Amino acid sequence: MDTLAKVLTANGLLTAFALVGVLVWLSYAIANRLTGGRIHGSAIAIVLGLVAAYISGRITGGSAGVADLPVLAGVGLLGGAMFRDFAIVATAFGVQLSELKKAGLAGAVSIFAGVLVSFVVGVLVAMAFGYRDAVSITTIGAGAVTYIVGPVTGAAIGADSAIIALSVAAGLVKSIMVMIGTPLVARFIGLDNPQSAMVYGGLMGTTSGVAAGLAATDPRLVPYGAMTATFYTGVGCLLGPSVLFLVVNALV
Amino acid sequence: MIIYGVGLLSACLVVGLYLGDVLGQLLDVQANVGGVGIAMLLLVWACSNPRLSALVSGESGKGIQFWSAMYIPIVVAMAARQNVVGAIDGGAMAILAGALAVVISFALVPLFSRLSKPAASQQDAH
Repeated sequence: MDTLAKVLTANGLLTAFALVGVLVWLSYAIANRLTGGRIHGSAIAIVLGLVAAYISGRITGGSAGVADLPVLAGVGLLGGAMFRDFAIVATAFGVQLSELKKAGLAGAVSIFAGVLVSFVVGVLVAMAFGYRDAVSITTIGAGAVTYIVGPVTGAAIGADSAIIALSVAAGLVKSIMVMIGTPLVARFIGLDNPQSAMVYGGLMGTTSGVAAGLAATDPRLVPYGAMTATFYTGVGCLLGPSVLFLVVNALV
Repeated sequence: MIIYGVGLLSACLVVGLYLGDVLGQLLDVQANVGGVGIAMLLLVWACSNPRLSALVSGESGKGIQFWSAMYIPIVVAMAARQNVVGAIDGGAMAILAGALAVVISFALVPLFSRLSKPAASQQDAH
């Protein structure tokens, strides 16, 4: 058993390939046998992944899901930013520039609107929960933008570390809800063509959420949604500690 | 050669991430601004450039297609390494802030999608 664990740990990336392969196979079997293909196999695989991350997080007390188990550290590499971005860029292979141009303006507008809307929602929720100082309110609002914008903004304006942790939690909730919710609402919000995918990416913004949400809905839409989502966090980090903080500071 | 495609793909991402970091520094933002998006545009440009067709067609293209097909497994691995406990333990306020932001953003998708199809909406008006 020790020897097996040693081999699995030493070959972490290969362990991850094999494990994810089994997980995806299992998920597609569930999708076809139990739901008659109504739910995408990839949606089930993503939810199973999240459940595994939750269980593992409870066991290890860590923040990297199953990757905190030494035997499964390779999942952390395979599911990390490097491979994620590599695969996202690869999905752009075969994309027509004309499709991107069609929704260029709508995509750009949706990025700014998305940052603003999520921020305002976060601010209102923070105020409803009794927060009154501009620094805390802005940090929590920025967390509702993404879990990167929250801590970047909080650090820049001198927020308390407990508030920063709350803003990260809000961003994580957003990311996970986008992963699970997208395939469920796709039909109702017209998410079935490259243009609406670009708008969706710009409004949601969380790269992980958008990447997983579109994978579970229609992988052909991935490059379009990812294209706009990838600018969202940058815009959020630009506006959060500057314009948005000044506005909140003036209002409260 | 498969490595030509994989090499091109890697080069696009590295250059894109570098430009995204530079853009972030120029804007005085502590984040990468659109690096992945820039990398995607580089790849789209390379695919349509006749001089680079040797890097994207035939066997070389398979090197890119492979990683495109690996997208879903990679996303599944990404889901398995999320801090789900952190999200749930954030408490009612964090959950409400994140969830409401998602619900309202979802609702805005059809609204903003209309911006990208002015021709279609004009036809509706007639």
